[in-house]
Amino acid sequence: MADNPLRPPVPAHPLRALRRFTDARIGLGRQGAGLPTAAHLDFAEAHARARDAVHAPFDAAGIAEVLQAQGIATLTVDSEAGDRATYLRRPDLGRRLASGSATTLQAGASGESCDLALIIADGLSAYAVNLYAADLAAAILRLVPQSWRVAPVVLASHARVALSDPVGAALGARIALMLIGERPGLSAADSLGAYLTFDPKPGRSDANRNCVSNIRSGGLTPELAAVKIAGLLKRSASLGLSGTALKDDEGLIEGEPASNPLLGRPPS
Amino acid sequence: MNVDLSLKTLMAKASPARSGDFLAGLAAESQEERVRAQRRLADVTLAEILEEPLIAPEGDEVSRLILAQHDATSFASIRNWSVGEFRDWLLAADGEAIAALKWALTPEMVAAVSKIMRNQDLIAVARKRRVVTAFRTTVGLPGRLSVRIQPNHPTDDPKGVAASILDGLQFGCGDAVIGINPATDSPAAMRRLLELIEDLCQRLECPVQSCVLAHVTTALQCMERQAPVDLVFQSIAGSEKANASFGINLSMLREAHEAALALGRGTVGSNVMYFETGQGAALSADAHHGVDQQTMETRAYAVAREFDPLLVNTVVGFIGPEYLYDGKEIIRAGLEDHFCAKLLGVPMGVDVCYTNHAEADQNDMDTLLTLLGVAGCNFIMGVPGSDDIMLNYQSTSYHDAAYARETLELRAAPEFEAWAQGMGIFDAAGRLRGAGEDRSGELLGRSRLLELA
Repeated sequence: MADNPLRPPVPAHPLRALRRFTDARIGLGRQGAGLPTAAHLDFAEAHARARDAVHAPFDAAGIAEVLQAQGIATLTVDSEAGDRATYLRRPDLGRRLASGSATTLQAGASGESCDLALIIADGLSAYAVNLYAADLAAAILRLVPQSWRVAPVVLASHARVALSDPVGAALGARIALMLIGERPGLSAADSLGAYLTFDPKPGRSDANRNCVSNIRSGGLTPELAAVKIAGLLKRSASLGLSGTALKDDEGLIEGEPASNPLLGRPPS
Repeated sequence: MNVDLSLKTLMAKASPARSGDFLAGLAAESQEERVRAQRRLADVTLAEILEEPLIAPEGDEVSRLILAQHDATSFASIRNWSVGEFRDWLLAADGEAIAALKWALTPEMVAAVSKIMRNQDLIAVARKRRVVTAFRTTVGLPGRLSVRIQPNHPTDDPKGVAASILDGLQFGCGDAVIGINPATDSPAAMRRLLELIEDLCQRLECPVQSCVLAHVTTALQCMERQAPVDLVFQSIAGSEKANASFGINLSMLREAHEAALALGRGTVGSNVMYFETGQGAALSADAHHGVDQQTMETRAYAVAREFDPLLVNTVVGFIGPEYLYDGKEIIRAGLEDHFCAKLLGVPMGVDVCYTNHAEADQNDMDTLLTLLGVAGCNFIMGVPGSDDIMLNYQSTSYHDAAYARETLELRAAPEFEAWAQGMGIFDAAGRLRGAGEDRSGELLGRSRLLELA
């Protein structure tokens, strides 16, 4: 690794000066037509991190332990997808509850309705969920009105956002809130999204939901996200609706997370 | 297998395996069933395909368009060919003979023959069938590979966009188009970006065309307000219902096409439309009518060719693993889309791309890029370092474009090449000069980007 006298340091590419205007990978320089080694390996590392996040195992037991230590009960359910490969191929199965899981929820609900069902789901980045979801869930539950009846927190494996609907319905919830791992990007593999659905039941569409996205330590911090989400929950409950009809007067509601231009990207 | 299978079912079962057809419940249940379907499809005649529309014309304007475009005169000599005979003929025919069948062929005939072809067949036949279009540059000539600069920025920051454009130009990219996916779809935002590119290209005296890939209705509003619109963009698909999910229909495209033509901004040609397509779009809108995803994609090319576009590209790996699961499926789909489009006379480029939840990586993209370069693909994308920081997926980079041109001895569009030679970016033979002779400093100076900062 010593300095090589035959290879003087390569001067910075003239366009590197423009990196202050954009996070795009400009001014990388080239060797022949190809990427210099360091830039090639930088990219490979970012992609590897994203791939690992997609396939990371969901630590439902660890999350349950953290929540239970704070007096928060949990239930564990599965979608019909069953494994990761099926989950990626069959989004329809990730939106449906496995048959045993419906029974789990009915037993957990003990026939009573509730104001809020909070669901923690692996989604496309279990890595993000393992990192932030337990603390974020606990923080949100501290901020909602004490009078609210809250169902046990549901930990859902191989889940898509729309699994909130059968889960929320089985628990008789007025509002379902799902914290779910977002599709990892090259600059961030640890992004969490929060989806709120008023009167959840199978057949709801994305237009019926509100989303807060890019929740991670380098983005919308979990602390700030908890405040925003709790505010959104309270407004949804008082207005009795969610989705496009729930206008946001504090800039809280974000669009589709995969192409959300509103939040921008924080400097890495 | 049931002997009375409809053509729709036969086509779906004959389709090479991909996750989207399994998701839709249309795929063959075994490898053997798939090949049996391919054998039967090989015996169906082209006339039988014409006579059995997969989506009823009464309820679908794309089906009506396909029938209206069809030319019975040039079809007469091939109507009794089976799909298998058609494949054999294509392998031996020259490009001119294939081009003469442009309006005799329907999307369904072309999709059918692609299903009984190997990747090598798709490459060999497409390579013979050139589709050349022009605006300020001429795209699709033999021995040429053009590149779209895709300088996206998550907030449409003008200096951030301009920085990515300069990086592309110093690699000799941009001869297909400088095309931005805007973060905000509004006439004001579109106009700002168009004026930014116009201004930058005037400073550099660079002959390219620009496009902001906003909705067609946004472009119409911009044109009414005399904004400098070169190309009108729209995502399109293969059924009326799928197009409705994009908020468009054929008459809107016709209106936009006429408006852009009337501006007369092209210098060497008047192809003014830019379309994007992609397998799975119709299924994701629940607008596939039980038709397999590759055939639905090919039907979108009937829409494209109605409006003489400069550029069309399939965004082949963007949609995700539930439609195309891995590198193998993405590569196959990219070659199919390119082949089918070329046979229908569509000037096809490919966004060679993938998302992080697909089982694919840079190596798969290298493979598809190289195959498409051999197949005579009109253009590819150029994204700085392959990382689109706005759309959050990976496409080909400026470096990848330089690799493909160098390795396959392909050159840029002639008008752009002359400019780049004048700038010292290319040598006299049209090759990118060595990294030591990089012209970024000069481009940066002439753009005055840092002075304006």
